Amino acid sequence: MADRLNNGIHIEGLTKRYGAGDTAVDALRGVDMQVAPGEVVGLVGPSGSGKTTLLKCLGAVIEPSSGSMKLGNDVIYKDGWKIKDLRALRRDNIGFVFQAPYLIPFLDVTDNVALLPMLAGRPNAESRQRALELLEALDVAHRAKAMPSQLSGGEQQRVAIARALVNRPPVILADEPTAPLDSERALAVIRILNKMAQQYQTAIIVVTHDEKIIPTFRRIYHIRDGRTHEEAGEGRTFE
Amino acid sequence: MISLAGRDILHAWGKFVFTGVGLGLLIGVTLTMAGVYRGMVDDAKVLLGNSGADLWVVQKDTLGPYAEPSSIYDDVYRGILGMPGVERAANVTYLTMQVRLGERDVRAMAVGIVPGGPGEPGYLVAGRQITRGHYEAVADMASGFKLGDRIQIRRNHYTVVGLTRRMVSSSGDPMVFIPLRDAQEAQFLKDNDVIVQQRRRTAANPAFNRPGVPGLLDAVIASQSNNSFVNAVLVQTKPGHSAEEVAEPIRRWKRLQVYTRVQMEEILVAKLIATSSKQIGMFLVILAIVSAAIVAFIIYTLTLGKIREIAVLKLIGTRNRTIAGMILQQALGLGFIGFVVGKISATLWAPLFPKYVLLEPGDAARGFAAVLIICALASVLAIRAALKVDPAEAIGG
Ligand SMILES: Nc1ncnc2c1ncn2[C@@H]1O[C@H](COP(=O)(O)OP(=O)(O)OP(=O)(O)O)[C@@H](O)[C@H]1O
Ligand SMILES: [Mg+2]
Repeated sequence: MADRLNNGIHIEGLTKRYGAGDTAVDALRGVDMQVAPGEVVGLVGPSGSGKTTLLKCLGAVIEPSSGSMKLGNDVIYKDGWKIKDLRALRRDNIGFVFQAPYLIPFLDVTDNVALLPMLAGRPNAESRQRALELLEALDVAHRAKAMPSQLSGGEQQRVAIARALVNRPPVILADEPTAPLDSERALAVIRILNKMAQQYQTAIIVVTHDEKIIPTFRRIYHIRDGRTHEEAGEGRTFE
Repeated sequence: MISLAGRDILHAWGKFVFTGVGLGLLIGVTLTMAGVYRGMVDDAKVLLGNSGADLWVVQKDTLGPYAEPSSIYDDVYRGILGMPGVERAANVTYLTMQVRLGERDVRAMAVGIVPGGPGEPGYLVAGRQITRGHYEAVADMASGFKLGDRIQIRRNHYTVVGLTRRMVSSSGDPMVFIPLRDAQEAQFLKDNDVIVQQRRRTAANPAFNRPGVPGLLDAVIASQSNNSFVNAVLVQTKPGHSAEEVAEPIRRWKRLQVYTRVQMEEILVAKLIATSSKQIGMFLVILAIVSAAIVAFIIYTLTLGKIREIAVLKLIGTRNRTIAGMILQQALGLGFIGFVVGKISATLWAPLFPKYVLLEPGDAARGFAAVLIICALASVLAIRAALKVDPAEAIGG
């Protein structure tokens, strides 16, 4: 949470092999990556290069084959050892933003966001209060009582970002968050992610193909055949 | 924490209500089936209660008079009257037949009673009891007869002088009470051709028509045209005497079968309507299975439609328990809607049934518990599917 020591993301020598024997696929062959708190980095690479695999490892939904991962201040994986409660890890340490917003259709905007603190055992009122603050910050507070199906694509994505942020996780993983949006809205999303990263000292990884937003990153990791190499980005400001 | 199940139900209330109504009608049928059974048992008890008898004296080794034919001489009651503890005793006959009113035919049980004796209907809703020895009748309301109607039983006409209710035979036919003498005659009545033929046969029999014995033939013929049998004797015991205490000497000394109220109830419930109750039990089992299948199918389909949301919920750290609870609560919610609809519809249509349908609160409570259990079991399939969902699916490709 917000007051926790946060060292961002540290990945060293991470590998992931799907399957075994003749049909084994080495999706990650040694990934090294560092993201500081408050930083937004891009992760780009051709199809099949291992972007989603890396995100799933970081998101603690699949287990890497070797290497080490540190999120926030916790080692979550090191050479076959992993922390026990992955569910609580995801809930408290990782915010997810997807290509599609995947809001819960039967909860209104506020409760879609407030659900996470509620799941972590916070009282409803406090959770909603926190959700409203974020919705305010993301400029969708006026739609707080609407159902997700009544929102525009951009509004939905902002609600999804609010949901990813609400537990103040040290890490946010965003998978193609701007794909369905036009260039103006895409840049707006990136602007918000940057602002939130600064404000809450969150380490954010954005997986993207999106030419519109690539110039905005200060640092970009390229991934190819399961290996990463780092590159300075343009870090273009977009105010 | 908010109720995910409740929110989902509110969001998709149309689906839930429609399914709930469908399920509810099934549950209504189930409750009604149980009510039909309870009604039969209650009819039997009311029948015994309203007859005003404490003991039923019937033919030896029979389960009469309702479950098996029984026939005893119509003067036996005099001997019984003299037994210790007997307050009153009266003959009674039962005969299921068609009773005519003008062009209409009603299936009824004609009960021959001694006016003023045990066996008379316990109370009347209109009119008066039978006072004359012949050609008056008291009918159950269910027969549709009115005061003053002229009904026909076999060859004789009767005036309806009184109406009673909840007096039906074990097969649900309304009872029509008539004087014992008339009933005995109706039971035994032969058509004129048969009487003529029988007289000729008797006259042709040398044993009955002896030249040296004048009057023998007439006596034999008179005895043939006279029914001196009844089906049972109803006995009321004196206050302070237990039924069993009075029954035992009658069994022993009169060599007749005697049943107390408790035993009679046992015969009616366990023997007479045993097959019907098994039939109803079978229906209940099938309805339970069909209801379970419907709930399982609906909940499973609804859950499959939410796989994506469930993956997201898991990814953001929702416990399996919470997700299972959500599905279980939805199943229970469906069951609850179904039960409410079922209970209301059963209450609405129960009075329309030709036979008495008794909806007992106890049955409703048991039914409610059964519905919840069935719904919980039916949600297992959907819960298993939901628990198998991989949170990685939310991240996609
Ligand atoms: N579950 C799996 N089992 C076996 N192989 C897999 C599995 N998931 C991914 N792969 C393989 O691992 C490699 C990397 O896949 P990944 O999904 O990480 O690529 P990606 O960079 O996300 O591609 P895209 O941009 O097309 O989404 C691919 O060769 C893919 O075929
Ligand atoms: Mg991918």
